Amino acid sequence: MINIWEVNETNKMIEQENLDVRTITLGISLLDCMDSDLQKLNDNIYTKITKVAAKLVETGEEIERGYCIPIVNKRISVTPISLIGQAACKTPEDFVTIAKTLDEAAKTVGVNFIGGYSALVSKGMTEGDKNLICSIPQALARTERVCSSVNVGSTKTGIDMDAVKLMGEIVLKTAEYTKENDSLGCAKLVVFCNAPDDNPFMAGAFHGVTEADAIINVGVSGPGVVKKALEQVRGADFETLCETIKKTAFKITRVGQLVAQEASRRLGVPFGIIDLSLAPTPAIGDSVAEILEEIGLEYAGAPGTTAALALLNDQVKKGGIMASSYVGGLSGAFIPVSEDQGMIDAIEAGALTLEKLEAMTCVCSVGLDMIAIPGDVPATTISGIIADEMAIGMINQKTTAVRLIPVIGKGIGETVEFGGLLGHAPVMQVNRYGCDAFINRKGRIPAPVHSFKN
Amino acid sequence: MERKADRTIITVVGKDTVGIIAKVCTYLSDHQINVLDISQTIVQDFFNMMMIADMKNADKPFDQCASDLRLLGEEIGVNIKCQREEIFNKMHRI
Repeated sequence: MINIWEVNETNKMIEQENLDVRTITLGISLLDCMDSDLQKLNDNIYTKITKVAAKLVETGEEIERGYCIPIVNKRISVTPISLIGQAACKTPEDFVTIAKTLDEAAKTVGVNFIGGYSALVSKGMTEGDKNLICSIPQALARTERVCSSVNVGSTKTGIDMDAVKLMGEIVLKTAEYTKENDSLGCAKLVVFCNAPDDNPFMAGAFHGVTEADAIINVGVSGPGVVKKALEQVRGADFETLCETIKKTAFKITRVGQLVAQEASRRLGVPFGIIDLSLAPTPAIGDSVAEILEEIGLEYAGAPGTTAALALLNDQVKKGGIMASSYVGGLSGAFIPVSEDQGMIDAIEAGALTLEKLEAMTCVCSVGLDMIAIPGDVPATTISGIIADEMAIGMINQKTTAVRLIPVIGKGIGETVEFGGLLGHAPVMQVNRYGCDAFINRKGRIPAPVHSFKN
Repeated sequence: MERKADRTIITVVGKDTVGIIAKVCTYLSDHQINVLDISQTIVQDFFNMMMIADMKNADKPFDQCASDLRLLGEEIGVNIKCQREEIFNKMHRI
């Protein structure tokens, strides 16, 4: 039988170390909503989402009360809208109507974000894909809860450099359209390589076409718990360090597994996957950077950071995999800048640069995330940064992503405030040398040699 | 045998005072909640109690009992929390 010490350990994790379930994300297929009539398509989408997700928030709250575990977000992901909307949408403006419908549906069911305003263009773009991509700045400016993502490359297909070029322009335009709010629109736009179909985390969540009609995916969290556990083994050898991370990750993930199974049972929707990511928040003590410091770095970004992060990421997976029946999504340590106080401190101390962050993304999920850069950076430079990150994903057969926020009207050293879970960030230095001639080439980068496995 | 899903862990944490266990147990008995196990300790001058209770025959739903007990805790000046047992089993048992 459970004893008092075990109960106290769990409750201490929840009450003092920020253990929570970061998100229950309900993936909903919109494939059966397709219609060539735009109005009908919008009606179908609204009806399906509000019907399938009607009890999502209520159920999430019931589970929270039953176990006294916070479930921070209840969210929805849908089939990439470029697929759903192509028959009906002839212009970017047509696609914006779908974004508004998604926003309305999200408000009706009470979720804070809905993901899937997305296009998958890793090898090429159709007219419809282009229209959706071109509609992103307007869609994000005119909606509150819609999140967008574009997959521009994969290990199997290579990188669509035309899409990379376009996305540089779209990121900048999104920043421009939402400049009144510190270019907040860009916080809801992710560019991916090897995007997973079952990612529960925003802004990059969408419901892949390979998925069932509806599915429950859960993202766990708990950097604070790992940090506290490591405080107990300060100075110990690597074996002890790794075992401690692994055991802690197991415990964290088991809570996610329980919540996922409960949500699945209560909603009558199959359980998809647990995403084993350590997702930080701006709260003190809920930071991945602080774990790196506890491992032995003065600041995140110091020499040794990539190795420490690689170790952390691997041990989290090793502990988590046994704790869950299905693992998927992004599964790794997140290193967003604005959402992690330790990262912000490291940048302000001059310890962490964009280039070091890029190196770190080689060994963890997911990519250059929530990084504020000056608003006057040229679109081709943003495309260049995207291309670099996509190449890391393509070659290493992993997911990588870019979520940059060029803050219009702000320069290096100034701070941007996004609020809530999105946090705040210092505007970072970007390499000022150009890459126009590289980005302006047309076509795609071929798939790497190790993708030919057949 | 009680269904596992009906088993609830009730924790009481706070400053030690006369009658904490009595008051909690009176509530449980009034509402047909059976106590299966009880353990108690003092950690840094704080009263710390854990009960495993079976709510199978409870005359109120879980949410209502949890909220009543929380209010009772506020009256006595302690923190009372009800959690379904599975979260602990999941975390601490393979």
